[in-house]
Amino acid sequence: MRILIKGAGVAGLTAAHELLARGGDITVLDPRRDTSATASWYAGGMLAPYCERESADEQVLELGLKAACWWEAALPGSVVRNGTLVLAPARDIRELDRFGSRTSGFSHVDAQELADLEPDLEGRFRRGLFFKEEAHLDPRRALTMLAEKLAASGVRFVSGEADGTFDVIVDCTGYGAAKPDLRGVRGEMLVLQTRDVSLARPVRLIHPRFPVYIVPRAHHIFMVGATMIESDATGPITARSMMELLNAAYSLHPAFGEAAILETGVGVRPAYADNFPRVQREGKVISINGLYRHGFLLAPTMAIQAAAMVFEYEKAA
Amino acid sequence: MLKLYGTELSSRLLLGTAQYPSPAILMDAVKASETAIVTVSLRREMAGGKSGDKFWSLIQSLGVHVLPNTAGCHTVKEAVLTAQMARDIFATNWIKLEVIGNHDTLQPDVFALVEAARILTADGFNVFPYTTDDLVVAERLLEAGCEVLMPWCAPIGSALGPLNLHALRALRGHFPEVPMIVDAGLGRPSHAATVMELGFDAILLNTAVAKAGDPVVMAAAFAKAVDAGHMAFHAGMLEPRDVAVPSTPVIGRAVFT
Repeated sequence: MRILIKGAGVAGLTAAHELLARGGDITVLDPRRDTSATASWYAGGMLAPYCERESADEQVLELGLKAACWWEAALPGSVVRNGTLVLAPARDIRELDRFGSRTSGFSHVDAQELADLEPDLEGRFRRGLFFKEEAHLDPRRALTMLAEKLAASGVRFVSGEADGTFDVIVDCTGYGAAKPDLRGVRGEMLVLQTRDVSLARPVRLIHPRFPVYIVPRAHHIFMVGATMIESDATGPITARSMMELLNAAYSLHPAFGEAAILETGVGVRPAYADNFPRVQREGKVISINGLYRHGFLLAPTMAIQAAAMVFEYEKAA
Repeated sequence: MLKLYGTELSSRLLLGTAQYPSPAILMDAVKASETAIVTVSLRREMAGGKSGDKFWSLIQSLGVHVLPNTAGCHTVKEAVLTAQMARDIFATNWIKLEVIGNHDTLQPDVFALVEAARILTADGFNVFPYTTDDLVVAERLLEAGCEVLMPWCAPIGSALGPLNLHALRALRGHFPEVPMIVDAGLGRPSHAATVMELGFDAILLNTAVAKAGDPVVMAAAFAKAVDAGHMAFHAGMLEPRDVAVPSTPVIGRAVFT
């Protein structure tokens, strides 16, 4: 079966992976050519279904729990299973209890346990929540590795016109799909580099007005994200957002004040009104969309659902 | 019926639209609350792009009155400019005027508030000023042309409930004819009932609903509490007494018990 996948972000590549495993003949079309133009490129890469439950539906937890295993199976060595640490500045410490009351899968950690987990944060926080089962990956590395693996297995990547006819089209173009019930939620992020702090896992900093996470990457690089603004504007990061993200990083550790700002990024997350993704079919077009802030967490499940739908459709046809 | 700037409203609960887990939950919460007015912030929701329009059309589809606010403004100039932009975007003269004076408590800068209220009223706005429970400031706001007052009962988002019942009672007593909406600081339905029992006209909520475990059910719970408090105020409540008063008369009781 000849399948055309539109969009080379996390939805498109995971779909390609699942369809390839089921014997599809796959072409991935992305006019942008460059993966850095996708929203996925700006993702945090946290596989944190328990933490997300704070503001997301139960389904996000249920489906998200499968994500780490999927990524590890698809790209061995890509997933770091060190958990997530959730902290709050001293004055907002009660917010930790609120966060805890809305989530599960964590243990309370005191100052000593915290120092054991993250030695560089010793003495900075009196308590926190530790979500031991959670994981993270480097989204850019994962997207690049996945594209390479797919290409090596015979998946064609094109940026112009796709040749020939296709039995099925899988639309993974995110906010670009211009569906009427889809909205964009702007996210801004920073990439910092400092040798003065090391973290073994993503740290979420709770603040009543602005939750933020800091995800460690290789080479002393940290991703700090991400704002949530009801807008599909793609312009550069605003001064205010930059200030808020930097403030958060600085309050986690003052050494971030001396970090180099390697990059600022803006992505537009595609979202439906309930912030939950959908796999839909219209004729021979199957679409995966609305991954919102859960791209790496939910794309594998959506890809599996879409693959099942593709082959059901073929059977019916 | 509640009447604000000449508009009759079927509900005494006003709901903010920020911080909900999803727009779908926000819409369900608005329906469950049966509110007639929602507040919308101009500053962050509409930061360019078309998607702000989508959020706005969701709000419009609810069929309720929209009260734009100047949340996050720290100066008179900023607040006035934001109000003018809001008037264009939302096509309403209503503006909930917030001029924040302190980052930590988000408490209003009452001096700037009075000045901004004067400018906006002269410009034809119907100003809903977010103020403290200070009587003198309330007086100045009325002089500036405000016909509605929105005193806080505790800092925004703090969920502390009414901290100074005496001040709220004094405010209500002093301006019996002015519609007053208690805005900010409510955490639970009993807080809303308490404030409504003092005779306030309405309640404005956001965080207590948006950040509840189930925002939709919490919206309905607050609606009931607001109604209960309002009904109780008009029904005339008993004043507390120091000694027990039996509810069944003892005189005439059968002698052989």
